[in-house]
Amino acid sequence: MSNTIIQAKNLNLYYGENHALKNICLDLPEREITALIGPSGCGKSTFLRTINRMNDLIAGVRIEGQLLYRGEDVYAPGQSVTDLRRRVGMVFQKANPFPMSIYDNIAYGPRTHGIRSRAKLDEIVESSLRGAALWDEVYDRLKKSALGLSGGQQQRLCIARALAVKPDVLLMDEATSALDPISTSKIEELAVDLKKDYTIIMVTHNMQQAARVSDKTAFFLLGEMIEFGDTETLFSRPSDKRTEDYITGRFG
Amino acid sequence: MEKTASRSAGKSRVKNGNLSPRRRIYEIVMRALLYISSGLTVALLLFIIGTILVDGVPGLSWQFLTTQESVINDTNGILPAIQNTLYVIVVTLIIVLPLGVGAAIYLTEYAGNRRLVAAIEYATETLAGIPSILYALVGMLVFCQMMGLGKTLLAGSLTLVIMTLPTIIRTTQESLKTVPQSYREGALGLGAGRWHMIRTIVLPSSIDGIVTGCILAIGRIVGESAVLMFTAGMSMTMQDFFSSGGLIDSSGATLTVALYVYAKERADFKLAMSVAVVLLCITLCINLAAKLVGKRLKKK
Amino acid sequence: MPRSRFDHQLETLNTELITMGALVETTIASAAKALMEGDRTQAKRIAQNDSQIDGMEKSIESLCLKLLLQQQPVARDLRLISAALKMITDMERIGDQATDISELTLLLGDIKTPTVMDSIGDMARATIRMVSAGIDAFVKKDLDLARKVIDMDDEVDDLFVRVKEELIELIRQNGPFCEQAIDLIMVAKYFERIGDHSVNIAEWVVFSITGEHRSSGEETV
Repeated sequence: MSNTIIQAKNLNLYYGENHALKNICLDLPEREITALIGPSGCGKSTFLRTINRMNDLIAGVRIEGQLLYRGEDVYAPGQSVTDLRRRVGMVFQKANPFPMSIYDNIAYGPRTHGIRSRAKLDEIVESSLRGAALWDEVYDRLKKSALGLSGGQQQRLCIARALAVKPDVLLMDEATSALDPISTSKIEELAVDLKKDYTIIMVTHNMQQAARVSDKTAFFLLGEMIEFGDTETLFSRPSDKRTEDYITGRFG
Repeated sequence: MEKTASRSAGKSRVKNGNLSPRRRIYEIVMRALLYISSGLTVALLLFIIGTILVDGVPGLSWQFLTTQESVINDTNGILPAIQNTLYVIVVTLIIVLPLGVGAAIYLTEYAGNRRLVAAIEYATETLAGIPSILYALVGMLVFCQMMGLGKTLLAGSLTLVIMTLPTIIRTTQESLKTVPQSYREGALGLGAGRWHMIRTIVLPSSIDGIVTGCILAIGRIVGESAVLMFTAGMSMTMQDFFSSGGLIDSSGATLTVALYVYAKERADFKLAMSVAVVLLCITLCINLAAKLVGKRLKKK
Repeated sequence: MPRSRFDHQLETLNTELITMGALVETTIASAAKALMEGDRTQAKRIAQNDSQIDGMEKSIESLCLKLLLQQQPVARDLRLISAALKMITDMERIGDQATDISELTLLLGDIKTPTVMDSIGDMARATIRMVSAGIDAFVKKDLDLARKVIDMDDEVDDLFVRVKEELIELIRQNGPFCEQAIDLIMVAKYFERIGDHSVNIAEWVVFSITGEHRSSGEETV
């Protein structure tokens, strides 16, 4: 049994009057892939974004309860958001490489955190690109714009960029929803490879993907966490009727 | 009516796309109107440039460009005006750029109070539409008299700063807004601080808009006469910017003001046209330079 | 209602399974009847039933594969389809064994060992009850009934032991029934196997309802 790395304790989140997360209690295991599933607007992405405090960017968000990362409340006063985000990286739904070279994209994070040495940066760029299974495709055009890559390559570049700051946890917010099946399966393979060293939490609309890739699955509905458990169990014999209805596609 | 239209539409489908005769005529007329209007625009531009060149180029000479006018030698020279123009452009931009871009960054990236931002945006929009003679009056009262700068190029530049500030703010803001939110999220998600994110991601991506703002501002500066006549003086003699206090105390006419003086006060239209040619060239050069700088910055 | 086409296909699968079950039930019942009554014409008809059962197995199998491919079922849908895939194999085996029994019926000729035949008759009735109950449990999604079927197997096993002992006794006597005794022990074995297949069916019924299969837990005990 692996350790808990992220723990939500009676977590509530409000967008103004809207109660978007209701009393979430969830223990996410280290070095495993956890999938968050549920219909649109169920709060799964919101939950994902509370983990690295990306919700801070939205005006009118209020959070109650606790969200612990390695036992520390990330919303406690005095916690450094930038430090948290360095350790909890994020890959977004739409690949968002910066309009600069492949090299500079990867080096962006390390440079931000004060690494200036050229040799060190070279090393990080190579290891990150290898980590994201992209090195072989781009090593001869590191100085070319990242916007020239294909969609799938761009997304892997974003994963590499996230890896470059040596995170602990990787949040993936529907990271493959805009990709073709081959790019999707590359990223899925990559995710499974990466869980040796990273904890991955992914939001996905693709139930098959959750079933294929994740070790644990949490089902969200209307801001509540309905069921959490081993992916295999959840997809073969869910214990809650609502989970069953959702995953078998007989929702509502 | 409708019936015939649809039937003829069916017939004409074979010959002429999917359009009924009525639609076809409409299409032809509209296209003709569009051609005419764009043709007219180009013709007008060519006419103006042509007139200026034809009347102005013969008056150009090395001496005209590199000396000041001399009553004794009975020669004309616009070097002081060129100098003054460059001075005004440079000083105005140096002041207005950080101010305007900074304000725009604050408004789009930091300000949390939506209503305040909306109010400020409305105010800048209104400011941009005010006739320049009003700026001239206010500039004269505030900078020349209250602040005691007198009629100097500096007072003129400061007035122009106020006048071009809305333009810079608006264009910068617009271009900041076109920077995809996903860039910001990407940078913040990597643990970048807000200012670091703006400096490294947002500003480089919005350089285009800032350059456009500069070009528009330069256009207004070069084209402005009223403000400068009120605040910067109309002298056509050489200024020594490098003497002590020269940068602050200098006073004189820019090219536009000189043009006005030649045309209106001396009725020397040939000379005015020559000034206009110089004005055109300078504007063109500065715009090109701004674009080049923008491209450079973007590459970095 | 989303997935109405899928629901419709699942309904078809369910009906097909019930039809196949009913066919298996009648086949084994008539095989038993032919055996007990020495009815050779009925015994000959069993082979036709069996090929029909084989055909149904193929068509249900391809329906299941199609559903797996097209619908990527999860949870209860996945359980139903995978249970169906396993159940049809057992049903098909029951059909085969009914055919085997009827072939032996043709070989046996007149049977003159009433005590053994009584015991075999008991076995036949018990296994037929198991087959019917297993299929019934599937039709009604009746967990209790399915579990009962699993328990009923002990009864069949006991009966098999009884038949075996009686046949051994018969062979010891070295009478004219020795040759028949060998055939009859095979008949009894077939019935015992049918009982086992019924248990399998019942276990898959339990799986499709609860998601738990005995082979993953209790069997190791």
